[in-house]
Parts: sequence; structure tokens; C-alpha cells
Amino acid sequence: MSDAIKTSSLSPEFRKEIFEEPGTEKITMCFNCTGCSSGCPMTELEPEFNIRKFLRMANLGMKDELLNNPYLWYCTTCYKCQERCPQGVPNVDALLKIRTIAVQNGVMLPAHKKVGQLVVKSGHAVPINDDTKEKRKALGLDEVPPTVHRFPDALSEVKKLLHIAGFDKIVAEEEEKK
Amino acid sequence: MTKLSFFLGCIAPNRYPGIEISTKKVMEKLDVELEDLEGASCCPAPGVFRSFDKTTWLSMASRNVTLSEEMGNDLLTVCNGCFGSLVDANLLLKEDDALREDVNKMLSEVGHEFKGTQDVRHIIEYLFQEVGVEKVKNAVINPLDLKVAVHYGCHLVKPSKERHLGSAENPTFFDELVEATGATSVDYEDKMACCGAGGGARTAVLETTLHMATNKLDHMVAAGVDCVVNACPFCHLQLDVGQTEIKKTFGKEYGMPVLHYSQLLGLAMGFTPEELGIDLNFVENSKFIERIRGGAK
Repeated sequence: MSDAIKTSSLSPEFRKEIFEEPGTEKITMCFNCTGCSSGCPMTELEPEFNIRKFLRMANLGMKDELLNNPYLWYCTTCYKCQERCPQGVPNVDALLKIRTIAVQNGVMLPAHKKVGQLVVKSGHAVPINDDTKEKRKALGLDEVPPTVHRFPDALSEVKKLLHIAGFDKIVAEEEEKK
Repeated sequence: MTKLSFFLGCIAPNRYPGIEISTKKVMEKLDVELEDLEGASCCPAPGVFRSFDKTTWLSMASRNVTLSEEMGNDLLTVCNGCFGSLVDANLLLKEDDALREDVNKMLSEVGHEFKGTQDVRHIIEYLFQEVGVEKVKNAVINPLDLKVAVHYGCHLVKPSKERHLGSAENPTFFDELVEATGATSVDYEDKMACCGAGGGARTAVLETTLHMATNKLDHMVAAGVDCVVNACPFCHLQLDVGQTEIKKTFGKEYGMPVLHYSQLLGLAMGFTPEELGIDLNFVENSKFIERIRGGAK
């Protein structure tokens, strides 16, 4: 049997921080009907991903257990649970808020960091490549789409916004941060 | 003629340009003028960027909406992810004065201001609500004899509170648009299930999300469909590129043609599969294309 949770290890501040996201305080109204997790397509495949468990852990302020839980990143944000909750808990909004707190605490998957770096560099999470340039030409489209890809001033605007928001630092590799 | 700013996003222009050109072709036939939203960026991807930092997400999303405001047009997207990101950001900023003020402080640094004057539209709900099924039907010159698995995707209909499109568990508006082309929308098990791509999950845990795509494809095959029709380039990618990954990872081969609605409608309007980029999928579609060429009548 595992040890019981010690109240001294719980973080009321973490709970409060989550509740900054509008509506998430409704987590306290959860009566454990399991409608969210029993309909979840990800839980069906990976039972360790359990949004009901995660949100109840959030309500208890189990900060470390949640932020370092690898399954936090399995949600596809399909919103099925949020639609179904009889208590109106915005499950997905709450989960996304928990993820942002994880990111603020330095927890970010390397693959996600790479996507973030692509946006910082090109303004696109999925930038153009040579294969697609050929496909565009074959269709009679301009090789480069009329997005930030074609307009350098527009890209500069996006880079500046990302810098003001501090996002370039969030996704920078450790050595670049120094 | 109604004018809309065409917001491209990432995956349509940078992986599936057939969706971009098909949208232009079909909207022109329906008397909707599309103006390029020049200088737009990634929406940015709602599940991923809202997971990282809300301010970053809002600043980039609001800049894209602002570009459309400056053109005096509502914004049109062909992607559920972009729709989710831009609709939610637009609504939040229209309703929350304090948040709008914060975002405008950032936007002023790059010469823009969010005013809240325009709406964000998705091609499917726009066609259904503004153009109308009848007008779509009247533009069809080549009725399609196809059995179609309609894949709504998630963010077109959910969260339903913000979408105002009726039932998220059993919607019909997309099916009606598909049937306007002459095709039959075939019901299949777990039709409203997610493709697995969203929320950064495809990036984080590809193999697990491929199981979700496999479930969908299995149910479509069991229903005996000729192709799947979607409303989102990211679902399109997960179901098309996903098939090549499923083959590599699980050794399972489907050969399922994946079409965006703009491409299906384009076929019904008489454009060739090549003009619509249906031959440019990652899954080889030649049998399907031959069948269309042979007269899908």
C-alpha cells in the first residue's frame, strides 16, 4: 500500500493559480460521476491519462504530482468531457491551465519545444518545405504562400510579439537562456 | 459579392495546397470573393500554444484577426484548429475589456489595434449558414456517386457553448453539405470521435494518437465508404500521413482516400482531381481518381 498524501505537501497556491482560469473553480463541484473519463477516447487507450483524477488532484493542490505527470500531455483537447460534465466544469480549459503552469515551472516536452522554436523562427508551426513548394507550383499557386513566409515585415511583427510575450525565452534551449 | 479574408494557417498552404486552391475555386463559383490575408501567421495552434502560454496565444491570434479587421472583412478559415484558436480569441477579446487592453498594449508595439469589429468563420458553417445547402446544390454539375465517411473533427463543433451550431454529439449540417454534392453520407461507429491529432498530442505521443486514427479508419472501412471527407487540414494530415505511419508502425494498410470538403465540392462542380490536388495526398489515390474520371455518375 502506498503512503497517504500528507496535507503539508499540498499546495493551496497551486489550486488558486489554476482557479485564475475562469470557470475552473467549478472543479470543487465535481461529484465524481466519471462522465468525463469514461467517455474519453484517450483514457480508452491509455488508462493512466485520466482527466477526472487530474482535476481532483488539482483541487487538492497536488502540484508536484501533476506537473511532473507525463500523461498531462496526452489530452487531444477534443472537448468531449467538457461537453458532458453535468456540473459545467471546463475540464479542458483547466487542463490547459495546468499545462501552462507546468511550462512556467520549466516542464516542457522537447518535441513541443521544437514546435515552439519553429514558430519563433518562421511564424508557422508547420513551415513550408521543398516538397510542398513543388506541389504548389503544380497547382498553379505561387511557390511561397502569402503568409509571413512571403512578407518579411509581417514576420518581424510576429517575432516582436513573441519576444514581448517572452515566448522566445520559454522555448529557448538551456544554453541559449544563459 | 460577399468578401472574406482567406486565412490560410499552416498545414493547408505548407502541406496540402490542394485544399487552398480548391477553396478558392469553389468559393468563386458560389459568389464569395476571397482576399488573401497577407502576412498572417500560424493561428497559433490552440492546443499547443494555449498549453504553453496564454498571452503568447492571444497576442498571435489577435494579430491575425486584426489584419482581417484592417481589410474590413470577416475572416474565413478552412481548419478546425485555426477556427478554435481564432474564434475563441476573438470572443474573449470582444467580451473582456481588461484583457483587450493588455493585448492592445502588445499589438500597439507592432502597429495594430484589436477593435472587435469582425467575425471568424469556418468554411463549413459559413456554407451552411450563409450560402445555404440549396445554393451549393445548384452549383453541382457533376453529382457524385460516392459513399462518404464525414469526419467533423472536434473544434468545428466544440466547445458548443461558443459555436452555436447545435448538438455537438449528433450534428447534421456537414452531412447535409456533403449530400448536396450527390454523395451519400454513411453513418459509422463513433463518427464524432477525435482523429487524435490535436492538443499537441500528435507531437507528444504520435504512436498513441495513431491508435485513435486506426480506430476511426477501421470504423470507416467497416461502413464500406469510398473516402473520408473532413473539415480540417490537421485531421486531413492525421488521417492521410497517419495511414503511412500506421503502415510503418502497425503494418496495417488502408488505402483510404482523404478529401477536404472543398475538394469534394470541387469535384461535384466539375473540376478535375488534379486541379484540386486530390492526387497530392501522401496515400496513393489513383484508383479513386480513375473512378472519378470514369464518371462518378
